[in-house]
Amino acid sequence: MLDFTLDQEQEMLATIIGRFAEERVRPVFREAEERGAVPAEVIQAGWELGLLPTSLPAAYGGLGDYSVVTAAIAVEAFAWGDLATTFQILAPNLVAVPLLLEGSQAQQTRYLPDFTTARRPPAVTAALIEPGIRFNPRALKATATIEGDGYRLNGAKTMVPLAEDAELLLVYAAEAGETQAFLVPGDAEGLTVGPEAEVMGLGALPLYRLHLENVYVPAVDRLGGEEGSDFARLLNHSRVALAAAAVGVARAGYEYAREYAKQRVQFGEPIAHRQSIAFMLAEMAIDIEAARLLVWEAAWKLDRGEEITREATVMKHYVDDVVLQTADRAVQILGGYGYIREYPVELWLRNARGFVHFDGLAIV
Amino acid sequence: MIDFELPERIENELQMAQMVAEQVMRATSRKYDENEHERPVEYINMMWQVVREQNRRRFEKAMANGSNGDRPEREGPNYSIVRLITLVEMLSWGDAGMYLCTPDPLLGGAAIDAVGTREQKVRFLKKFGEGEPKWGAMAITEPGAGSDNSALRTTARLDSENNEWILNGEKIFITNGKLALEESDGVCVVWATVDPHAGRAGIKSFVVEAGTPGVTIAKQEDKLGIRCSDTVSLVFDDARIPYDNILGSPEVQTKKSTRGFKGAMKTFDASRPAVAASAMGVARAALELTQEKLAEEGLEVDYTRPRHEMQAWERDLITMEARQKAGWLLTLKAAVEMAHGQSNRLSASMAKARAGETATQVTQKAVELLGPTGYSKELLAEKWMRDAKINDIYEGTKQINTLIVAREILGYTRRELK
Repeated sequence: MLDFTLDQEQEMLATIIGRFAEERVRPVFREAEERGAVPAEVIQAGWELGLLPTSLPAAYGGLGDYSVVTAAIAVEAFAWGDLATTFQILAPNLVAVPLLLEGSQAQQTRYLPDFTTARRPPAVTAALIEPGIRFNPRALKATATIEGDGYRLNGAKTMVPLAEDAELLLVYAAEAGETQAFLVPGDAEGLTVGPEAEVMGLGALPLYRLHLENVYVPAVDRLGGEEGSDFARLLNHSRVALAAAAVGVARAGYEYAREYAKQRVQFGEPIAHRQSIAFMLAEMAIDIEAARLLVWEAAWKLDRGEEITREATVMKHYVDDVVLQTADRAVQILGGYGYIREYPVELWLRNARGFVHFDGLAIV
Repeated sequence: MIDFELPERIENELQMAQMVAEQVMRATSRKYDENEHERPVEYINMMWQVVREQNRRRFEKAMANGSNGDRPEREGPNYSIVRLITLVEMLSWGDAGMYLCTPDPLLGGAAIDAVGTREQKVRFLKKFGEGEPKWGAMAITEPGAGSDNSALRTTARLDSENNEWILNGEKIFITNGKLALEESDGVCVVWATVDPHAGRAGIKSFVVEAGTPGVTIAKQEDKLGIRCSDTVSLVFDDARIPYDNILGSPEVQTKKSTRGFKGAMKTFDASRPAVAASAMGVARAALELTQEKLAEEGLEVDYTRPRHEMQAWERDLITMEARQKAGWLLTLKAAVEMAHGQSNRLSASMAKARAGETATQVTQKAVELLGPTGYSKELLAEKWMRDAKINDIYEGTKQINTLIVAREILGYTRRELK
C-alpha cells in the first residue's frame, strides 16, 4: 500500500553503502581520478558487500533477493561516494543482470554460478556505446550477420569499461536492424581492445575503444539463445541504474555546496544567509527529491514486470537535467573554489554532463 | 516499503470524479469563465448530494468515536489526505475554478477539525451534513499582511461582560467568502490578534457564522483566472461572536512562545498538498490536451528517439510530461508522509513550491505549442493557463514556500535567513 519509506533491509543497506562511500571511497576518489584508477582494494571491498550475489537466484548460489527498487537505493548510495568507482564496482552487473533478465536457461546455468562464488570481481564488461555523433542504442552501427551456425560481429565500440582485462564481454550489435547482445570471450579472434577512450569525466574508470572485425559468435552465445533478447527491457533497467546514480551525484554536489555555504563568510555572515544562495540550495533539494521519486517509481514498475519505455525516457530526461543543473549550481555556490580541482565539485559537474551519454554503463 | 499503488477504494472514487469532471465541469467551464460571478449550479447541486452524505457520515462517526470527536487512534496509515489530494487533482483536471466551489467546509473545516472541541464540531460542522449546500472559508490575508501573516491587524477584543469576542478589521482574498457568509448558512475561520503587541503569540483563529451582524462583504474581486470561484473582502465592524467560537486556547503565551500561531500554521500541512494537487490537475489537463491536439496533426512523441536527436516540440512535450509527473510525486509524498503520521512541513512546502511553478510553466507551454488555436478561446488551454497561475500564489507564494524549504534544509531560523 502507498508508502515512500525504505523497509528495514533497505535502510540497513543504504547505511552500510553510505558508510562505505564515506569511509572508503571519498578519501581516495579525487586522487583516483587524477591517477586514472581506483585502488584495487576499494573495488574488492565494494564487491565483498555482496550486492550482486544477493540478488541472483538461489538456484545459482544467490539469495534470490532481486529488487530493482532496492538496487536503485544502493546505487544512489554508491554514486554519492564516486561515480567512476560505482561503475567499476557494478561492472559485473553488466553481464550478470542481462543474463538474469534475458538469458536462456542454458546461459544462466553456465554463467551465473560464477557470479555468486567469485571471491574477486569477475572480469567482465559490456560494449554498447559507439563512437560518433548520431549514436542510437536502438539503431546500432555495429552489425551481427548470420553465418553458418553463428554470427559475425563487425563494428566499433567506445567507452567500454575495463575492457583490457575482460575475460567475457557482452557486445551489443544490430541484427537485421534490431539490437541484440552477444557473449564474446575477451580473447576472441578479431576483437581488438584499445586505445583508451578519454572522456570529460570518469577519470578513474579505464574506458576503451573496441574494434570488432569478423568476430565469430556461436548461435548459443546470443543472449537469450534462440529467442534472442528484449533490448528495450535491458535499456530500461540500465536507465533506472543510471538515473539512481545521477541522484547520488546530484546529492553529493548539493550536500557539499550546502555545507560550504554555511561555512563561507562574506560581508560578515555565511553566504547561506542570503536568499540568492539559500534559494538555489532549496531548488536543488526539491529537484533531487523529485528525481529520486521518479527513479523509485520506474524501479517499482520494473519490479512489477511492467513495460516502461515511455516512463523511463521521461524519467531519465528529467533526472539528466537535474543532475547537470545541480552539479552546476554546486560549482556556482563555491565560486572560484568550485573551479579548482582541489575541491570535488568540478568533477561532479564533468560526471553529471555524461549521464545523457552513459547508456549501458550500468544496469540493475 | 516503497509502493506507488493507490488504495483500490481511492481508485474507484477517482473514476466517479473523472465522470463529474468530464460531464459536468468541462461542459460548463467556458460558461462560468465568461460569466464571472455566476454560480456553477450544475456542479454545486451534483456535488452537494455526495458531499452532504459524506459529511454526515463522517460527522456521525467522529461523534461516536472518542470523547473529543477526534478520529480514534488506529493502526496503520490514514489515507484520507491521499484521498483528498487525488480527488482535488481530478476535479481540478476538470476545472480548477469550479472545484473551489465545491460545497464543503474546506479550509475552514480543516481548521475546526484539527483543533476544535467536540462541542465546536457539533455547532459548526454538523450542518454540512444536512439541508441546503453550505461553504466554509478561511480569512487570513489583509491589505498589509500577505505572506507575512504575523503582521495582521484584525483584532479580537474580549467583552467579558457579555462573554463575546468583538472583531474589527479587514480581510481580503477570501475564497468562497460570499458563498460561506452570504449565500449559505456557512462558516468562516478568521485569524485575528487578541493582543496586537504580542506578535505571533497573540494570533488566534475564530469561527464566524453566516448572518453575524457587523460582517460585510466589501468587494468581490475580478480575477485573471479561476473566475468561477468567489473571492471577496470582508470588513468586521464591531462584529460580535460568542466566546466559545475561539479555536484552541485563548491564552496569550509568553512573548517567546508562538505555539498558537504555529498551531494555526499547521493547517498548511494539509492545505499545501491540496493546492499542489490542484495545480497538478490543471497541468495534467493542459499536457493531455496538447498531446492529443498535436497527435491529430501527426505529431506524436517518439519515446525511443535519443535525446540529442529530438525535435523541439518533442523535447517540450517530454519536459512537460516529466515536470507534471515530478510535481505530482512530490505532492503525493507530502500527503503520504502525513498519512503515515510523519511531519510533512518540508515536503508540503517542496510540493507547493514546485507544483505551482510547474502548473504555470506547463500551461504556458501548452498555449505556445498549440499555436494560434492555443491562444484562442476555442480551446480551454488559455483558460487553464490563467487558472494555473493562482497556484503559484495562494496558500503561500512560491517564494515563501521556497524560503521555508531553505530554512528547513539549512537549519536556519527566521533571523538567520530572512
